[in-house]
Amino acid sequence: MPDQSEMDVLAAARDWKAAGHSVALATVVKTWGSSPRPAGSHLVVRDDGSFLGSVSGGCVEGAVVEQALGVMKAGLSTVLEFGVTNEQAWEVGLACGGTVRIFVEPVQ
Amino acid sequence: MKAETLERVLVDIEGRCPVVLATNLESGEQRLLHRGDGETDREHADIEHALRVDVCVTTDEEAGAQVFYQPFNPPLRMILVGAVHIAQPLSAMATLAGYEVTIVDPRESFAAADRFPGVALNVGWPDAALESLGLDQRCAIVTLTHDPKLDDPALHVALRSDAFFIGCLGSRKTHASRLRRLGKAGFSEADLERVKGPVGLPIGSRSPAEIAVSVLAQVTQTLRKP
Repeated sequence: MPDQSEMDVLAAARDWKAAGHSVALATVVKTWGSSPRPAGSHLVVRDDGSFLGSVSGGCVEGAVVEQALGVMKAGLSTVLEFGVTNEQAWEVGLACGGTVRIFVEPVQ
Repeated sequence: MKAETLERVLVDIEGRCPVVLATNLESGEQRLLHRGDGETDREHADIEHALRVDVCVTTDEEAGAQVFYQPFNPPLRMILVGAVHIAQPLSAMATLAGYEVTIVDPRESFAAADRFPGVALNVGWPDAALESLGLDQRCAIVTLTHDPKLDDPALHVALRSDAFFIGCLGSRKTHASRLRRLGKAGFSEADLERVKGPVGLPIGSRSPAEIAVSVLAQVTQTLRKP
């Protein structure tokens, strides 16, 4: 599955970790309806807020990065869900009307 | 994810070894599984499906903590036998679609680097060349020469591999005689059914580039909707 860009994301996770950063990895685990990135898509986040990759068309990345910073601090994985029916929909959600479930984990 | 797990995934991808990352979405616990691994028959089947169709699989919510299986397959490869005109647009399009392309043609005037900039060329005899490439489930082989002397040895190797796609350019008539030759060489009915000929979806292609579109479309269809 991994095309070159997905491999680049995983390699960045490894390299940032090796360089001494705290790192979290977000993975799309499920999508419903129309959503731009399929299950297996990755977003890697660094402790300074830098990130690489994508888990949507840019609609929820901001929120995922924020949650990822918390995951790094806590050292515990979590599952996020975004969609139009989500209570957060007024601020972040998928314009396309789909729903996406994202697993966010610390790289340890 | 443990840094060592991440490292092993990257090493497996690099080494063309198909691997599946299984994540318990509740506990975050992860395992790396290879083809044939799996604690239960169900898990064994989920791994096989994830690798074969190249798609992520999540177990049912009803069955307790959900497990997410993500396959990491080796890169797709396309091997074109015959450095003919159609190979020029087809190699370029296949590269754009994410394939590592190799063109095999022992005729060095055909397999000339300036005709195929940036594409790997192999001037070995097709059977030896394909043997040396180590065909696997992520390979598509398309013969383009119309010359049995070159196409057939490639097909013999392709049919003995797990390649997901085998196709041959040529008319229905030449395809029928190709299948007869392969049958005489000892290949079974099931083997012959793997060979798509004339290769390509019937979209009325005329130019080499249009034929390349129809071939790449059929390869994509076979990959994504097997």
